[in-house]
Amino acid sequence: MNSRYSHGGDEHIFVEVDEEMSLEAFFKSLSMTKAVRAANIEGVTEICPANASYQIKFNPDIIHPDDMMKELKRLELQTVDAEPVLDTRIVEVPVFYQDPWTHETLLRFRDRHQTPEASDLEYAASINGYETVEAFIGAHSGAPWFVSMVGFVAGLPFLYQMLDRDRQIQVPKYLRPRTDTPKLSIGFGGSFTSIYSVRGAGGYQLFGITPMPIFDPEQEIPYLENFMVYFKPGDIVKFRSIDREEYDEITAEVQAGRFVPRSKNVVFSLKEFEADIDGTNAKLMEALYAN
Amino acid sequence: MPINVISSGISTTVQDMGRPGYYHLGIPIGGAMDRLALRAANLLVGNAEDAAGLEAVFLGPELEFTEDAIVAVCGAHLPPKVDGELRAPWTSFKVNAGQILSFDFLQGGARAYIAISGGINTPKALGSRSTYAAGALGGINGRAIQPGDELPLGVGSSVKEGREVPENLRRGPGDPAEIRVLPGLYWHRITEAAQVDFFESTWQVANEADRMGYRFQGGKKLEFVDRVPPFGAGSDPSNITDACYPYGSIQVPSGTEPIVLHRDAVSGGGYFMLGTVISADMDLIGQLQPNGKAQFVKVDMETALMARRDRLGQLNQIRQIME
Repeated sequence: MNSRYSHGGDEHIFVEVDEEMSLEAFFKSLSMTKAVRAANIEGVTEICPANASYQIKFNPDIIHPDDMMKELKRLELQTVDAEPVLDTRIVEVPVFYQDPWTHETLLRFRDRHQTPEASDLEYAASINGYETVEAFIGAHSGAPWFVSMVGFVAGLPFLYQMLDRDRQIQVPKYLRPRTDTPKLSIGFGGSFTSIYSVRGAGGYQLFGITPMPIFDPEQEIPYLENFMVYFKPGDIVKFRSIDREEYDEITAEVQAGRFVPRSKNVVFSLKEFEADIDGTNAKLMEALYAN
Repeated sequence: MPINVISSGISTTVQDMGRPGYYHLGIPIGGAMDRLALRAANLLVGNAEDAAGLEAVFLGPELEFTEDAIVAVCGAHLPPKVDGELRAPWTSFKVNAGQILSFDFLQGGARAYIAISGGINTPKALGSRSTYAAGALGGINGRAIQPGDELPLGVGSSVKEGREVPENLRRGPGDPAEIRVLPGLYWHRITEAAQVDFFESTWQVANEADRMGYRFQGGKKLEFVDRVPPFGAGSDPSNITDACYPYGSIQVPSGTEPIVLHRDAVSGGGYFMLGTVISADMDLIGQLQPNGKAQFVKVDMETALMARRDRLGQLNQIRQIME
């Protein structure tokens, strides 16, 4: 992987770690942005990791864009040998798949979809070789996912599944984006799943909805009191399929201010993961569900 | 004592210089689209340059004052009126308690900045009063102002009416607007012919032109260099593995209609970008009207930095006059 550096006008530097998505590229992007943060370069105002790239915004009155780029290249050389290990957390996100609200929405936008006659889940299951929607939901809520980027809109996580490519789900985005998506919908596009933090436009396939808020600008929800955005790059997520009854229960708990996401701190090593994907994921599940 | 909103215009929002530092979480910097105009208006009324004012798009609001204040309107030519009597733009004027500030029809530009002595004193969200509607942050309950709203004011300093920004220090887009662009990012994804076409085409501002971004149409469709789609990018030749979007970056989904991201940018996504509008010309985009003509002009980094210094020089001259 040779990083490609480019100026984004006079105020940004954009670094493409790799054209392709991979956990390796994501780790490199994340460790580079950590190194930039630690270096505390005067004039830097934004440090944004993405899936397989990252971006820095800075004040060119303080540091010349060419000097900024040199500094980033120097930091990249320093981080080459860094062990890809991450102190992070694993979080369970309950998902009501095939819920009535995303279903109503996807029906409204059938003319923008690849298969107007099938639902988004039926389409995704079929092109990924699953015989039933239930089996496909089992795969989506099976192996855990990495939050590889937060953005597009406030607090929206992009998640990349922690599996070898052959077993990863891939689904194209809608042919033309929708103008509406319910808040907290679970979406899917390319090799990424996402949780729509706010209501709005969107082009990802719609699979379900979570009762667990992830963005609260009012900061009234107890677990979002300290900061209004729940997810950050590097978080690990495990989806759990729930039914309508449990969805309603959790919604009531959230409204009463009693809901707390299930979450455990874990250390993730990319090398261990690559040596034994299923074993590493099994250990993550043990950590998440241990008491 | 607050200002009472009688009518709100099309979309009038509280804006200051924005909230840097949260773009990695999808929360954009926001703030005045035409930064120089808000700074000038604040200086005219004796406010800190980064105080919060109102950004009115195309149509002005109607505001009832409950205390005496000094007001200035800069940016788009949206003529201010006090109790129906016209006042000069880019000039400070007095509004007494009980008087109504309203506006005549737009005569040029797109966004007028209304600064009021003391500044608008709504609560800050993440360090800024700027309204970011998509995330329901800042302003009045995270939205544009509405009739019946009360806008709280801070404490003003004692400045005089009749202070003016001279004409040569005011700035607006020409016709066609010339928007300078530094090529880069995924510039290599389009063919050499397309690289020429992009800068030779005259573009027209589309109806989708807001605080998030400006869409342009009417230019030649851009052709892409052939490739095998990278894993994770998507099958369209304009797709990339979802990445961050610089402010001012120009994405061209499917090669047809360029979108320049502005202050309320989406922070990332899966479309290639061919370059970035230089920081000195971002203000101009906020003053473009739908159907207006625009020409993108290719520049290098040194030109971009020189233009930035020119803008700073212009602001410094305004600062000196206001001292």
